[in-house]
Amino acid sequence: MTIVRTERIAAGRPSRLLAFLGRQKVILFGLVVLVAMVGIAVLAPLLLPDPKAINPIYRLRPPGADFWFGTDHLGRSILSRTLHGTRVSLAVGVLVAGLTTMLGVVIGLMSGFLRRMDGIAMRFMDAVMAIPGVLLAIALMSLFGSSLVNVIIAISIPEIPRMARLVRSAVLSIREQPYVDAARTNGTRLPRLLRRHVLPNAMAPILVQATYVFAAAMIVEAVLSFLGAGTPPEVPSWGNMMAEGRQYLQRAPWIAAFPGVFLAFLVLTVNLVGDALRDLLDPRLAARGHK
Amino acid sequence: MIGYLLRRILATVPVLLFVAVLVFLLLQLTPGDPAVLIAGDYATTQQIEAIRHQLGLDRSILEQLAGWFARLARGDLGVSIFSQLPVTTLIGQRIEPTLLLSLYTVILSIAFAIPLGVVAAYRAGGWLDRVVMGFAVMGFSTPVFVVGFLLVYVFALTLGWFPTQGYVPVAEGWGAALRSLTLPAITLALLYAALLARVTRASMLEVLAEDYMRTAHAKGLGPRPVLMRHALKNTAVAIVTVIGVGVAALLGGVVVTETVFNIPGLGRLTADAILRRDYPVVQGLILLFACIYVVINLLVDLSYLLFDPRIRY
Repeated sequence: MTIVRTERIAAGRPSRLLAFLGRQKVILFGLVVLVAMVGIAVLAPLLLPDPKAINPIYRLRPPGADFWFGTDHLGRSILSRTLHGTRVSLAVGVLVAGLTTMLGVVIGLMSGFLRRMDGIAMRFMDAVMAIPGVLLAIALMSLFGSSLVNVIIAISIPEIPRMARLVRSAVLSIREQPYVDAARTNGTRLPRLLRRHVLPNAMAPILVQATYVFAAAMIVEAVLSFLGAGTPPEVPSWGNMMAEGRQYLQRAPWIAAFPGVFLAFLVLTVNLVGDALRDLLDPRLAARGHK
Repeated sequence: MIGYLLRRILATVPVLLFVAVLVFLLLQLTPGDPAVLIAGDYATTQQIEAIRHQLGLDRSILEQLAGWFARLARGDLGVSIFSQLPVTTLIGQRIEPTLLLSLYTVILSIAFAIPLGVVAAYRAGGWLDRVVMGFAVMGFSTPVFVVGFLLVYVFALTLGWFPTQGYVPVAEGWGAALRSLTLPAITLALLYAALLARVTRASMLEVLAEDYMRTAHAKGLGPRPVLMRHALKNTAVAIVTVIGVGVAALLGGVVVTETVFNIPGLGRLTADAILRRDYPVVQGLILLFACIYVVINLLVDLSYLLFDPRIRY
């Protein structure tokens, strides 16, 4: 099925991968941006001055030759802080997407195959979905206390039900397929059946949803930090920078502007890749014109 | 029909029960002693004891759960630790701006997103489609508070058309109240409208490919009646569904927007209560927001009967 094709592309010769990316301009663009962002995240500590270095003489400098992105109220370089912030956002995005996918897949597979678990698990998922995600995440943060690990957990929990529901609905249609019956007749045990036959065929929507979770997680991190219930304030995250820049919106708009632009750009890119992946992996939708 | 209504209404009960248990468990999940956490760093032993007693934390967990449900059944959401006022009183004081802001946002979103989604679908692939869909992706890729800052910077600080923050109660005149909520509503509407426009366009495209659309064109109807009377009507179910699902995003957005614009509504109350670790207030508000979400989605489900006469239960 579709996933087999993607695997072949990924495993095929580099020329074939290049040809594929040549056709998928949005995905190519997204990959270039992501690689650049990862590059920034890796290189930032090596090339740039300490983002926490306070230098009151240079406070609230506008962007210029000395400070390309200007400085904040403590004279810290916005360039250095913004580029360091890439590390936080990428880490949160990737880890939340990973954690959500892992738990969502486990819950979704189990409720799709174990009838007895289904009712309870799905009512529980409905209950979590009824609570606005941002609200649940802040409430969890205020309980756990502020740390990067807690941010990742608090953002993941509200995202899990949607992933679990998606996996479950894919599983419910896959389990009726003849090849699943055939595998069962051959005596395939449940764990192997799920791993070898069900999961690979449910992969396309999971991948697309994971991309959207990646994008949403970076926004929620910024929102949590902005509300003062996110990444510890001493960490230069985009959300923290924007929260600090809020008081200086009139005098020094660049403090909030640069992290804001970076965040919006990165999230936009990931969302566009998600849309392109969906159109690619679900030709049925693309043909009908879902964009 | 009546049977279906009753069944559908009863189906919300287990979800609400689960939400109530979940909200109850929030406090129990706290690592360490919640009473110490709430009391803060400078509390005396007596103060911690008092809070522990007030929250019922000195009883067994089952007794606490039973007490929690008994109080909920009476409509008692507890007393705020910070202000010592009943949570229901606090909600009553703060509900006006939030209600008005949410309605304003939903009306703005529907007024812009649905026509734009329809036109985008009708001119699929054209420049207008690209512009509208581009805005839509940007709409939910930009955090609410970034949009808020941008609008404040341009329309309040630079042009001075709107106040930068704050809320004027309806008691001082509708005009002033709406003016104070215009920037917040636009901020919040961008997210909600983006969601709506995408779904409107997608389901319109689906309907436009149907055979009866060709028939409508063939019998000589112009684009306007074809789109409005034949197509839009058949996308109503999808659009209304998204309006319902989007309420979760809207309520989350309210918390952020009210903080950005300093509006004394339920969202601001929630943010403050969470930061002050005022758990009875947090629990009451989360429960309230979840109930609103469940009730609105119940109404959405029931509205299908109205929009699609083929649906009979």
